Amino acid sequence: MDLIADHISHRFGALDVLDNVSFTVRSGEVVAIVGPSGCGKSTLLSILGGLLQPRAGAAELRGAPPADSLNPLTFVFQDFALLPWCTVEANVEFPLLHTGLAVTDRRALVDDALRRTGLTDFRGTYPKQLSGGMRQRVGIARALAVKPAILLMDEPLSALDSQTRELLMEDFVRLLADGAMGAVYVTHNLEEAIRLADRIVVLSRRPGRVREVVPIAMTRGERGAIDARGKLLALQNELWSLIREEAIDAEREVQHA
Amino acid sequence: MLDRSTHEDPPPTEAAPDTRQVKFRGAGFVPSAGRRSGWIALLLAIGLWQLAAGAALVNPLFLPPPTAIARAIYQLAISGALWQHLSYSVMRIGLGWMLGTAAGIAVGFAIGLSSLARSVGITFISALFPIPKIALLPLLILWLGIGEEPKIATIALGVFFSTAISVYSGVDSVPRNLIRMAQSFNVPFPIIVRRVIWPGALPSILAGFRITASVALLLVVSAEMIGAEYGIGAFVLQAGNLMQTDQLLAGVVILSLFGLAVGRLINWLETRLLHWR
Repeated sequence: MDLIADHISHRFGALDVLDNVSFTVRSGEVVAIVGPSGCGKSTLLSILGGLLQPRAGAAELRGAPPADSLNPLTFVFQDFALLPWCTVEANVEFPLLHTGLAVTDRRALVDDALRRTGLTDFRGTYPKQLSGGMRQRVGIARALAVKPAILLMDEPLSALDSQTRELLMEDFVRLLADGAMGAVYVTHNLEEAIRLADRIVVLSRRPGRVREVVPIAMTRGERGAIDARGKLLALQNELWSLIREEAIDAEREVQHA
Repeated sequence: MLDRSTHEDPPPTEAAPDTRQVKFRGAGFVPSAGRRSGWIALLLAIGLWQLAAGAALVNPLFLPPPTAIARAIYQLAISGALWQHLSYSVMRIGLGWMLGTAAGIAVGFAIGLSSLARSVGITFISALFPIPKIALLPLLILWLGIGEEPKIATIALGVFFSTAISVYSGVDSVPRNLIRMAQSFNVPFPIIVRRVIWPGALPSILAGFRITASVALLLVVSAEMIGAEYGIGAFVLQAGNLMQTDQLLAGVVILSLFGLAVGRLINWLETRLLHWR
C-alpha cells in the first residue's frame, strides 16, 4: 500500500503552513520529513494520517493494505499519548478493543507487541512508573499491535535523552528491517533521518514546500558500519546546508512571534 | 582512546584556611500536614475550651462546655431524636445530591462534547449559577407544595450547577492528544467517551463532588430552617429559639461529623478511582 501526498496545502487562519506538497511513500519504504522549525512537518503528518483536513489537495492511499492490518496508518506520537489510568498491557490493548477480535486473539497480539518491544515484564506497570524511553516503547508496542502498513512517527524521539534515543533508534532499525512496514518519520534531527530513511523529503521554511527529495543509496544495515560514517556525515552536512539559512530565519521569526 | 588511568579525583587532604561548606539554601516551601499533630491541636483546643468553661471564664448559656455538648448528643442518641432528625436530613441530601449530580453530569458532558449544547448551556449556566439557590425555595414551595419536594429540589439545583461546571471543565481538561490518539486508531465515539474522556475528567468530577457535598449540606440546613419539622437544620433552629445552646451546638457538631464522613467517603473514592495518579 502506497501513501500519497497529492498537492497538499494548508493554512491556519491567515497563516499559510503548507504549499502544494506532493510525494509518495511506497510500500515498505521509510520516508523522513525534515525542515526548519514551523515548516509544517507535523501538520503534514496529521493530514497524511487523516487527523486534519487539508485546505487543498489530499492524502491518498493506493493499493490494498495487508489483510491482517487492523489500522493501516498508525501514529507514534512525540508525547507518547498513553492513557495514564491504564497499565502498559491495557494501553497496548486499547486500539484493539473495538475491532471485534476475540479476547484470545487480542491477547496474542498484545503479547506479541510487548515481546517485540521488550515490555513483557512491564505489562502491569502504569505509565507514570516508566521512564520516557519505556513510555515510548509502549507507544510503539501499541502501534505494532494493530499491524500497521505505514507508521506515522511524529518526532518520536525528541522528548528523550540522547542515550535513550540511541537505544530506540536501534529498535526502529530492527522493526523496519524486513520491509514489511513502511514509515513516515518526521524529525528535526538530520542524523536520525539519515539513519532510518530510504528517502528524505526536505521542506522549505513556512509555508512548507518540497525543496528536495534526497535518496539514501545505502541499506540501513550498511549505515551501521564504521566506514559508512564518512559518507553519512557528508550527507548530513549537505542536508544541513540545504536548511541552515532557513532554520536561522525560522528561529528568528519564532523569537519575534 | 579514552584516558582511563584516573578513577577518582579526591579532595585535598588538608583543608585550606578559607575552605567552607556551601550553605544549604533549599529549605522550606514543601509544607506537609502531620495527621497526628492536627488531632493533638484539636484536642488541645477542646481541652482549653473545657478549662475556660470550668473556670467560669465563659457563660455556659452562650458557649456550653464540650462535656455538655457531648452529653446532649448522647441524650439525643438514646432518645431516638438524633436518628429521626438525621434520617430526614440524610434523605433530603441523598436524593437532592443524586438528582443534581445525575443531571449535572449529563449536562456537563453534553456541554463538553457538543458545540450546540455548549453554545446554549454555558449561557444558561452563567446566568443561573450565581443565584443563591435558597432564594428559590419559596418559589419551589409554590410550584411543588410544602412537602419534601421543594427542599430536595433546592439541593438538587445547588448541586446541579456546580456539578455541570466541574464536569465540562473536566472534559475540557482531558488532554487533546489522548483523544487524537484514540481517533487515529479509529476508536468509535462512545468508546472514546467511556475509556478516554470519562476517566480523564474524573479528577475534576470528584473535586466537584467535594464542593457539591458542602453545597448540599449548606442547602439542607437552610431549607430545613425555613420550613421543616424534622431535620438537623430544623433541630438547630428550634434549639436556638429555646436558648438550648448545648442542643444547638450538638446539632452543629453532628453536621460537622456528617461533613467529615462525606469528605472521607470522597477521599476513599479518589483513592479507589484515581490510584493511577
